[in-house]
Amino acid sequence: MIKIAVASGKGGTGKTFVATNLFYSLLHDNQNAVLVDCDAEAPNAAAFFNTAAAESQEVTQLVPVIDTERCTFCGKCREYCNYNAIFILPPVKIINVIDELCHGCGACSVACEFDAITEKPVPLGNVSRLDIYGNTALIEARSKIGVMSPVPVIKAALRKIDSIADIAVLDSPPGTSCPFIQTVSSADYVILVTEPTPFGLSDLKQSVETLRILEKPFGVIINRSGIGNNKVQDYLLDEGITLLLEIPYSKETARLYSMGRLPVEKDPSLETQLLRVFDTIYEKDGVSDYKR
Amino acid sequence: MKKMELAIISGKGGTGKSSISAAFATLNEQVVLADCDVDAANLYLLFNPSNDEEVKYISGHKAVIDYFLCTNCGLCVDHCRFDAITRDKDRVAISGISCDGCFLCSRICPENAITMVPSDRSMMYSGSFRNGKMVYGRLAPGEENTGKLVTMVREKAKAVSKEYRIENIILDGPPGIGCPAISTITGVDKVIIVTEPTISGLHDMQRAAAIVLKSGRIPSVIINKSDINPEMSDQIVEWCNENSIPVAGSLPFDTKMVEAMVNAQSIYEYDPENRINNTIKDIWYNILNDN
Repeated sequence: MIKIAVASGKGGTGKTFVATNLFYSLLHDNQNAVLVDCDAEAPNAAAFFNTAAAESQEVTQLVPVIDTERCTFCGKCREYCNYNAIFILPPVKIINVIDELCHGCGACSVACEFDAITEKPVPLGNVSRLDIYGNTALIEARSKIGVMSPVPVIKAALRKIDSIADIAVLDSPPGTSCPFIQTVSSADYVILVTEPTPFGLSDLKQSVETLRILEKPFGVIINRSGIGNNKVQDYLLDEGITLLLEIPYSKETARLYSMGRLPVEKDPSLETQLLRVFDTIYEKDGVSDYKR
Repeated sequence: MKKMELAIISGKGGTGKSSISAAFATLNEQVVLADCDVDAANLYLLFNPSNDEEVKYISGHKAVIDYFLCTNCGLCVDHCRFDAITRDKDRVAISGISCDGCFLCSRICPENAITMVPSDRSMMYSGSFRNGKMVYGRLAPGEENTGKLVTMVREKAKAVSKEYRIENIILDGPPGIGCPAISTITGVDKVIIVTEPTISGLHDMQRAAAIVLKSGRIPSVIINKSDINPEMSDQIVEWCNENSIPVAGSLPFDTKMVEAMVNAQSIYEYDPENRINNTIKDIWYNILNDN
């Protein structure tokens, strides 16, 4: 199978737009494809399809529970905790776990010499499987409100996709930090979506730098071309980066998309262009042995 | 009027947080502007602040194995909860991508073969710009712990506001509702959520509102590009009314916003007569008076 992540440094450049329209085009071309929404803090891909919920799995993390009868307030667990999640006041025999700060690493359990620590699961979010016409089509990572890191939920979603389809399109979270890294590092190829503005260019450079460190092959789609300036095009030329596609700005496209409709449904030329993007990725040496 | 720390977040990216933060900032003679979107900091591009102070930020640590000492016992593999350590053929391998920097493996290794190496390529900057002081963080590509860097940026912004007696702090937040967004809104006086009239904008605004409400405050909402889909804008207003969340104002889509950015200016500087500025002024002064 081939996994293609659709990502961007800057938010709102059109990641979900490209991911959903590419996925639709692949289905329409009779490809065995699945869409994975890895933007667990703001998952939106499902809103664009008529899906039926098939299965949902809760993702949990273990946090320590301290038995204050056994605890001697020695402080070794706090010393082991690298996330400042244990608060301890030995003179008054107070010890608390701040669940929100805990990463569930288990170091405190290892530290405790008095068997005073057990662990309980706390929910972080859900991974749902959504079907279209009875076939698995969408896997959605959705973090719970107030949860600090979406990474464990993203990891759980990514574990679900192995060999369930020939092509997986991963809708990535924005930025270049942990949620993004987790998503793109599991992909064979990354499509970076940007817009031709100074903010778009600056964030694109940051993404490019990160993908080069990760040694991931990538290409760029410029969305809303025609607004802003030409500096993104100049940058791609200078750096020898593949420009996969330019999607011109259109008020009608923006309007259709705002209602949760996919412009590609009404626009066969956009479908052809997106499938050509897929073929370009296939033709890049070593990216995948999958041909549509 | 008293001091105000205002956070601007959105849930969905690209709704116009930074452009609106920039417009608010340039309405003031003196303001402290802090860019809390540390993995995609952009405001410095508009304001080109002086670089008065640079501070290195240790974003975390990564475990590294010394194979000369490792006996391949596998104790670290069994203890790692982040799937970061695997048996790769005949030796143990650590994935820097999955390593969470918890130190557990380095503590339990009987041979002391694991060291924790700090990631120190991220920076925090502070300086002056044409409307006051600016603080921003830049996370090095691929580094983590954005929330901690946001906290550092905010502490610096507060110190600067005290030192120079500047009343108001504007925090331009990150997209999403995870650690950097939570760190941006924790303990601020006011939160604005910038949304857009799209199905994604509505959905992400609801999630952003939920983290603000959870922290015990009521956000206000700005609907940007409101004329892209007036029916959806109405739906957003309706949802806000039902949930007693005030709508601070609506701004129409205007390519002048993009032109302003290309010219490294805020909309208020680039096109002062633009009708958008009246709404922006109203929103800003209402929020100030309400504080």
